[in-house]
Amino acid sequence: MNKKKVISLVVRYSVYGLVALFFFWAIRNHYFDYIFTESSTFWHLIKQHLQLVLVSSVLALLIAIPGGILVTRKSFRRAEWVVSNTVNLGQTIPSLAVLALMISILGIGFKTAVFALFIYSLLPMYRNTVAGIDSIDENLIDAARGMGMKPVQILFRIELPNAAYSILAGVRTAIVLNIGTAALAYVVGGGGLGVWIFTGIQLFDNGYLISGAIPVTLLAIFVDYLLRLLERLIVPEGSKPPQEM
Amino acid sequence: MITFDKTTKTYEGNVTAVKGVDFTVEKGEIVVLLGPSGCGKTTLLRMVNRLESISEGKITIDGQDSMSLNQTALRRKIGYVIQSNGLFPNMTIEENTMIVPDLLGWSKKEKKERFHKLMEMIGLSGEKFGKRYPHELSGGQQQRIGVIRALAADPPVMLMDEPFGALDPIIREKIQDEFLQIQKEVKKTILFVSHDIDEAIKMADKIVLLRGGELMQYDTPSEMLVRPKNEFVREFFGKDRAIKSLSLHTIEDLRDMIGLAEFDDAIADTKTINVNHDLRNTLSMLLNQEADQVIVSDDDGNKLGAITIDIVQQYLHYEIKAKPAPVLEGV
Ligand SMILES: Nc1ncnc2c1ncn2[C@@H]1O[C@H](COP(=O)(O)OP(=O)(O)O)[C@@H](O)[C@H]1O
Ligand SMILES: [Mg+2]
Repeated sequence: MNKKKVISLVVRYSVYGLVALFFFWAIRNHYFDYIFTESSTFWHLIKQHLQLVLVSSVLALLIAIPGGILVTRKSFRRAEWVVSNTVNLGQTIPSLAVLALMISILGIGFKTAVFALFIYSLLPMYRNTVAGIDSIDENLIDAARGMGMKPVQILFRIELPNAAYSILAGVRTAIVLNIGTAALAYVVGGGGLGVWIFTGIQLFDNGYLISGAIPVTLLAIFVDYLLRLLERLIVPEGSKPPQEM
Repeated sequence: MITFDKTTKTYEGNVTAVKGVDFTVEKGEIVVLLGPSGCGKTTLLRMVNRLESISEGKITIDGQDSMSLNQTALRRKIGYVIQSNGLFPNMTIEENTMIVPDLLGWSKKEKKERFHKLMEMIGLSGEKFGKRYPHELSGGQQQRIGVIRALAADPPVMLMDEPFGALDPIIREKIQDEFLQIQKEVKKTILFVSHDIDEAIKMADKIVLLRGGELMQYDTPSEMLVRPKNEFVREFFGKDRAIKSLSLHTIEDLRDMIGLAEFDDAIADTKTINVNHDLRNTLSMLLNQEADQVIVSDDDGNKLGAITIDIVQQYLHYEIKAKPAPVLEGV
C-alpha cells in the first residue's frame, strides 16, 4: 500500500518534471511565438476547433443517449442487436473511407469534418448508455413496478440516475477523444488547430507544430477535468462507484 | 381479503406454473405460500399485483376483480417486499421509504411524520438514518427498511416474497419476531412466500402448500402438521413434524394441560425460562444442558415450577399426537 503510494508519487512528479522541462525547452526555442505573433489566426483556429468538437459532440449526444434509452425499453429489446451491430459496423469502417464518402456527398469543409467526428463519438456514448442501464439490478425495476411506478417514472427516478455514472463516463471519453481527433479536420478542409499542426509537419517548423499541438492537448486535459467535475455534481451520491466516495 | 378463484398461470412455452388454485386470505391474516423451489409461489404472488398476468380464473381483492382495477392504483395499494430488498441506491433511506406516499402526492410534512413513525416501529433513529444511503446499512437494516417502505402508505394488503430469505439465521429470527409484533398493530392482509418450513410455521395463520403449481393443502400450521391431507404434505413436513409442532405451543399451554413439576432447590445453577417460551425451544434447551430440569418463571420472575424432558414428552403424546385438532394458540 505504502510502496504503491511512493511509486505513484515518484511517477507523477517525474511526469510533471518532464512536462516542465519540455515547456522550458519550447519557450527557450521560441516555439510558442506564433501564438503571440499570429494571435488572431490562433484564436480563429481555436474557435474553429471548439466549434467542430461542440457541434459534433452535441449531435452525437442527442442521438446516442436517447437511442441507448430507446433500445433498452422492453418493447425494443429485440431490436437491440440490430442497432448495436449497425453502430459497431459504423465504427469499423476505416476513417478514410468515411471521409472519402462524405467528401463526395457534402464536399470539403466544416460539415464533412463535423459529420466524421459525430460518427466517431456515437459509439462510446451509445454503448455506455446501454451498458449503464443494463447493469441496473433487475430486482430494482421489479420493485419499482410493484410499487406502482409508471415506466417514465422508473426511467427518470431509477434508471437514469443509476446509469448516470456510466453514461457520463462515455460522454467524457467521447468528447476528449473528439478534441484530439478534430485536429485531423484539416485534412478535409475543416479548419481547427490541425491547420498549424499539419503546416508544421509539412514545413518542418517546430514552432507551428507545437503552437498547434500543445493547445489541443491542454484543451483535452482541461475539458476532461471539467467533465469530471460535472460527473461529481450530477451522479447521485449513492450510485457512485465505491472508490470515488 | 384476497380470493383466488381457479387461478391459473401458463407462461410462454407452455409452462403451467400455477394450476387452478382456490383459496381465500382473510382480512388481517398472514398466509404463507410454502413449497419446494419452482412450485409457483412467486408466480402466484406476483399475479396479485399484476406483475404477472392471470391466464385463467381470477383474483378478487375485497370483492373486486383485480383485472377491473387500474393497475397503477392497485399496485400503490399493495405493499411489496422482495428478498433482495430492492432499495434504490440513488435515494436516501428517507426517499426510499417515502416512494409510494410521494407517488400518491402526500405533502412534505406528512411524509416526514410518516417516515419517523415507521422508523420508530423498527427501532431505528429516523434522524440518524434518514439521510444515509442503502449501501451504508447492514443487510438486516436494509431488509427492515424494505418492510417499512412497503408499509409506508398504509396499504391494506402486503405481498412478501421470501423477505427474510437472504439474512443469516439469528438476524432472521429477530426480524421475524419484530415483524409479527408490527403485524399485531397494523393487521395487514399478508401473502408471504417462504420455502422454509420453520419460518412458515412461525409466521403463518394459515399455510398454502403447493406442489408443481397445485394446491396440496390449505390449513393452519398445526392442522397441517397433525393431519396432513396426503403423502406429499406428510413427507414435506418430515418425520420430525410432531417436534416442529411443539413450536406452536408454549409452556403455559403445557402447564394448563398437565401442570409443571416441583422444582428442586437443591440443584444449584439451574437455568430459568419464561412461561411464554415455545416448547420446541424449551426442549432444545433441556437437551443442551446437563441438568434434567429447567425452572419456569412468569413475567415477574416468580418461580412457577420446573419442566423436564419427560413432561414435554407427555404433552407431545396427549396434546399433539392424540388430540385430533389442537387449538392454535400462542402462534
Ligand atoms: N418468466 C417466466 N417464463 C417462463 N417460465 C417461468 C417464468 N417465471 C417462472 N417460470 C417457471 O414457473 C415455475 C414456477 O416458478 P416460480 O413461481 O418462480 O416458483 P417459486 O417461487 O415457487 O420458486 C418454474 O417452473 C419456473 O421455471
Ligand atoms: Mg420464488
